[in-house]
Amino acid sequence: MTTTTIAGHPVDVNDEGFLTDPQQWSEDLAPELARLAGLSLTEDHWRLIRFLREDHAARGETPTLRRVATATGTPVKELFALFPGKPAKKMAYVSGLPKPKGCV
Amino acid sequence: METPRNLVVLGAGTAGTMVVNSLRRRLPAPWRITVVEQHDTHDYQPGYLFLPFGAIAPEQVRRRTRGLVHDGIDLVRAGVERVDTAEHEVHLADGRVLPYDQLVIATGTTPRPDQTQGTLGPQWHREVGEFYTYEGALALRDRLETFTGGRLVVHITELPIKCPVAPLEFTFLADDWLRRRGLRERTELVFVTPLDGAFTKPVASRALGGLLAEKGITVEADFMVEHIDQERRVLVSYDEREVAYDQLVTVPVNMGADFVAVSGLGDELNYVPVDRHTFLADGLDDVFALGDASNIPTSKAGSVAHFSVEVFTENFLEHIAGRPMTHVFDGHANCFVESGHGKALLLDFNYDTEPLTGTFPFPVVGPLTLLGESRANHLGKLAFRHLYWNALLPGRPLGLRPQMSMAGKHPA
Repeated sequence: MTTTTIAGHPVDVNDEGFLTDPQQWSEDLAPELARLAGLSLTEDHWRLIRFLREDHAARGETPTLRRVATATGTPVKELFALFPGKPAKKMAYVSGLPKPKGCV
Repeated sequence: METPRNLVVLGAGTAGTMVVNSLRRRLPAPWRITVVEQHDTHDYQPGYLFLPFGAIAPEQVRRRTRGLVHDGIDLVRAGVERVDTAEHEVHLADGRVLPYDQLVIATGTTPRPDQTQGTLGPQWHREVGEFYTYEGALALRDRLETFTGGRLVVHITELPIKCPVAPLEFTFLADDWLRRRGLRERTELVFVTPLDGAFTKPVASRALGGLLAEKGITVEADFMVEHIDQERRVLVSYDEREVAYDQLVTVPVNMGADFVAVSGLGDELNYVPVDRHTFLADGLDDVFALGDASNIPTSKAGSVAHFSVEVFTENFLEHIAGRPMTHVFDGHANCFVESGHGKALLLDFNYDTEPLTGTFPFPVVGPLTLLGESRANHLGKLAFRHLYWNALLPGRPLGLRPQMSMAGKHPA
């Protein structure tokens, strides 16, 4: 784990650059995290990021792609268009949350 | 004469059977226990992994439900239509209504091939195989018998699935099986996952990351299947990538029971949202969900059901006495992972601690290697089937603590 500065804020990140403490995230960080993930944020991205943040705060875990699609009424295909290639991972990264993980 | 009180348990799988058997001995007099189960057979599901390779006989994984439920428990053979939480009643598919004072939902999770377009086509259980059901595992055994080489693709549709390491175990066992039959040179073995790798936890990735490359297994990561094209024999992802197969072994989406959704008790996959430490359903004080049926963020696995039931049993006795529940479940799971060549790995983890390296003090068998291959782990896995039928389901203690211990583990 290392400490780095994103959008002027010191944050702790893991080997892959994911924030290790979701509490260190704020909306100021999202555009810079998005840029690092090769994205520029639109209102559609923000709607999803806010859902991820709220859901994580309520349930203590990063929602799955299916959960995001169902809860926000966004088809999975559209999630792929907004976060190309790896939507589950990129959404978590930009939202300052842990990436989806298996058991090992 | 006290008024009878009804504990109704839905499902006589691993969690349901353990809970009724362990509570029967301990529940005070006015309590009656009813368990509702639509199947008259009970399968040792970890055995499904070995069926396709002929490494276990079908009769070793299947028993009659009736013989596994202790006397003094009312076993009702029926499907569940819905639960009416306002009226505290269970409506059965045959029209009967069961009132409850306390309800335990233990109906597990089920593979749902109907949820991915193109899965249930003419090649289902043929070129599109699976081993998450008894019938599927036997059909796959027959397919593998005639397999002469080509692209063998093992595929996970979406998480969570029960026994989340099973697809990886299947891949390792397939590699071993193909080598023994002289077919490995003629077979491309591909592992397809929606996650970003076969191993996603840091310590496990470091310890085991080399296993796949070593065995010559290709990993296709970040692959979210949109549909299966049986005509062209390809998996097609949402971002239009394709993976071709000659023989596919898919793990369909797993979902909780439909009655959970109908009853307004489920999340997007029909899992019951519960308190992760006590299993009490959100917003209710007379409904619990145990085993794979709940949404707790740990693996869906028999070991979790086992540790959960131990914690739940103690808590339940406090709960019905009107006292606060003082026992806390920590998300403990331990799993043997077959890695081929007569060896296995052992994982031990909980909500907060990822699988670590070290040793595990297994009762009777002795210290087993964690996150490392050993013959003892494989023998431990094979021995577990006997423990399951003869100790676990009857509710006899195995001598394993429900809470995870750091003894013998190397910190990350």
